[in-house]
Amino acid sequence: MSSIPSSLNPNSDVGGHGDGHDHEHHDTGGNTIFGFWLYLMTDCLLFASFFATYAVLYMNTAGGVSGADIFELDFVAVETAALLLSSITFGFAMIAAHAQKKALTLTWLGVTFAFGATFIGMEIYEFHHLIVNGNGPGESAFLTAFFSLVGLHGMHVSAGLIWMTIMIIEVLRRGLGNQTVTRLSCLSLFWHFLDIVWICVFTVVYLMGAM
Amino acid sequence: MSHSHSHSTTPGQAEAHSADHGDVKSYVIGFVLSVILTAIPFWAVMEGDLSKSTTIWTVVVTAVVQLWVHLKFFLHLNFVTEDGRASTFSFLFSALVIVMIVGLSIWIIYESNAMMMY
Repeated sequence: MSSIPSSLNPNSDVGGHGDGHDHEHHDTGGNTIFGFWLYLMTDCLLFASFFATYAVLYMNTAGGVSGADIFELDFVAVETAALLLSSITFGFAMIAAHAQKKALTLTWLGVTFAFGATFIGMEIYEFHHLIVNGNGPGESAFLTAFFSLVGLHGMHVSAGLIWMTIMIIEVLRRGLGNQTVTRLSCLSLFWHFLDIVWICVFTVVYLMGAM
Repeated sequence: MSHSHSHSTTPGQAEAHSADHGDVKSYVIGFVLSVILTAIPFWAVMEGDLSKSTTIWTVVVTAVVQLWVHLKFFLHLNFVTEDGRASTFSFLFSALVIVMIVGLSIWIIYESNAMMMY
């Protein structure tokens, strides 16, 4: 049980009643990964409520700008490309990690980090650009909902980048042991999950807003 | 709960586990499909002169298909392995709750909005 982080302990009874522990030694972390997956499902619900809020409020522009006035789809397309590329490079990192190729894993993790950082950099630029032009989150219900939803996704990606930095250090120092690969697997679920949420964001917020 | 219970007692865990993370081919297929399914809606909104309802349907359908592509090729959800089934069913349950949260919220608020106007 000690291999399961304390934050996942409430979920640990899900993986089996009593028989879970004796498998802990040779299990490659299947329970941990499934527990992390259940966390992601609850995170889906958090995003869903932000999407519902946005869908309800997006027309309430209080006489200010609407989505069609401020969204630049060329820019969003590049952001989307960066995130999609980071998804496949993380996939390659996981393949390398399962094959115990340390240098290759680190290379792909580095590439993934670069794409993720590009995405976040562009999003910060977009937010900054909106705020200095007087379209900050306080101007209308639409802008509040927009900044909350896109910002929530951006915060998740930022957290993923911090986690990735920690994992790069862990792989450098400890190599690709079972526990490290399990942690990488959780991060890969998190990362692919954020790409899925981004599909919903660019569809509902940017493409439909720009029509 | 029964499927997650049984997966920790499966003897063939190692082989089930290797089926749960993909190979280069599955990532490349997923990536190519995603690029196509991203390019189509962006093109439809930015360049296409389709009618508004056609554009909306194009955007929604490509998004839903791309969600499926990501779930299958990047997250390796499946009905074959024990772990895959547990993950898939928990996802389907979440999807049901999400459809209810988002769909019903929008329905209720838009109906009440319509009533306030008349």
